[in-house]
Amino acid sequence: MTVAPPWALLAELTHGCPLRCAYCSNPVELISRSEELNTGQWVGVLRQAADLGVVQTHLSGGEPLLRRDLADIVAAADTAGLYTQLVTSGVGLHERRLAELKDAGLRCVQLSVQHADPITSELIAGARSFAAKERAAKLVRAAGLPLGLNVVLHRANIDALDDLIALGLAWGADRVELANTQFYGWALRNRASLLPTREQVEHARQAVARRRESLGRAMELVWVAADYLDGTAKPCMGGWGAVSLTVAPDGTVLPCPAAASLPGLDPPNAKDYQLAWIWRESHAFNAYRGEAWMQEPCRGCVLRTTDFGGCRCQAHALTGDAARTDPVCRHAPDHGLVRDLVAAPYAADTARAAAPVAAPAYREGGT
Amino acid sequence: MTWRPVLSRSVMLRHDSVRSADLLLLPERVVVLCGNAGSVVRLCDGSREVDEIVAELGERFPGAPVADEVPAFLTALRKEGWLQ
Repeated sequence: MTVAPPWALLAELTHGCPLRCAYCSNPVELISRSEELNTGQWVGVLRQAADLGVVQTHLSGGEPLLRRDLADIVAAADTAGLYTQLVTSGVGLHERRLAELKDAGLRCVQLSVQHADPITSELIAGARSFAAKERAAKLVRAAGLPLGLNVVLHRANIDALDDLIALGLAWGADRVELANTQFYGWALRNRASLLPTREQVEHARQAVARRRESLGRAMELVWVAADYLDGTAKPCMGGWGAVSLTVAPDGTVLPCPAAASLPGLDPPNAKDYQLAWIWRESHAFNAYRGEAWMQEPCRGCVLRTTDFGGCRCQAHALTGDAARTDPVCRHAPDHGLVRDLVAAPYAADTARAAAPVAAPAYREGGT
Repeated sequence: MTWRPVLSRSVMLRHDSVRSADLLLLPERVVVLCGNAGSVVRLCDGSREVDEIVAELGERFPGAPVADEVPAFLTALRKEGWLQ
């Protein structure tokens, strides 16, 4: 079987981060700074990725600005012909640092935003960060680079959608991604306190549709669906080993950022194998590629070419079997599991006066 | 004012030798240019007017319907925000 080449590489340069967001998608077992790939190893990964067919890279983390060699890594990506995006909290993005990154070939910046209200924002992030974000946005605009904001939506900020969109306009963003929490890593651990109610999501969805119309081309709004509530599986990663690969801070190469949690996957490391072999030949990248792995009802379902069976990591997290139909899908035999989880916040609402919903636990061990 | 098309700042045009295709790279997006579309975009350097682009392509691809198709193609790209 010929395997089509990947388009994108998510480079998780470090799991270190000054923020401690409870919805972090990094694995609960964070990779320590001492295990990170060095500059030369990242340069090698980026070159191999370009040779393989990758044309875009997202330099992410954790907080990639914690890497002192970030400009060297950006330069290596740009030299290899990759369109390079920095995915950052904004903490540590000073004027000189940004100039250095832009000179190295940085093309655009995605800035995380927790809330439009500074105090709530810092409560969610678990760290002082709002002023740094505002300054970072200003610097990115002044440098003439495209600016995207990424807001992970959850129970504590999804009602502030209009304020978040207004913040995007005030900060000069070209696009705002309103991304409902996807439950992996720390977010999975904190799911009970992050999961919004059906009404919250419906209200937010309508607000987005309304604002999209009034904004026109002024600012793009991207809505990342709340798959637990929609009854529809997402086409996770555009299919397993189909579009994108992730390299974790220690060089582990994964079909998606959450796949480190799958037992038995045995993902290869870029220190040991060439990326081309990993992409085409490795067990990890072929385990759920195509349709041969699918069980019923996916195997006979027309949606299989649209959603690729949904998310393998979610199937594993909810059922213990990564090959099952993603339980968020309304056709999944295990969909009842998700219905129960979604109903839980209502129960909590009813009892709220007596027993408020537990606060989510901050991400620990990665600062 | 005469329009001299140029790629928007956030857009990068490059040839992809792995896929033998010309691409527009944007934040979170890749546009695959079909056929000779890359040759058209490559002339959008901010110095040529649309008529000049059409004339140049007419010489390069004799018999091709450049006068009919190229202005509409450029307008479509401007509408997307990829050309300015």
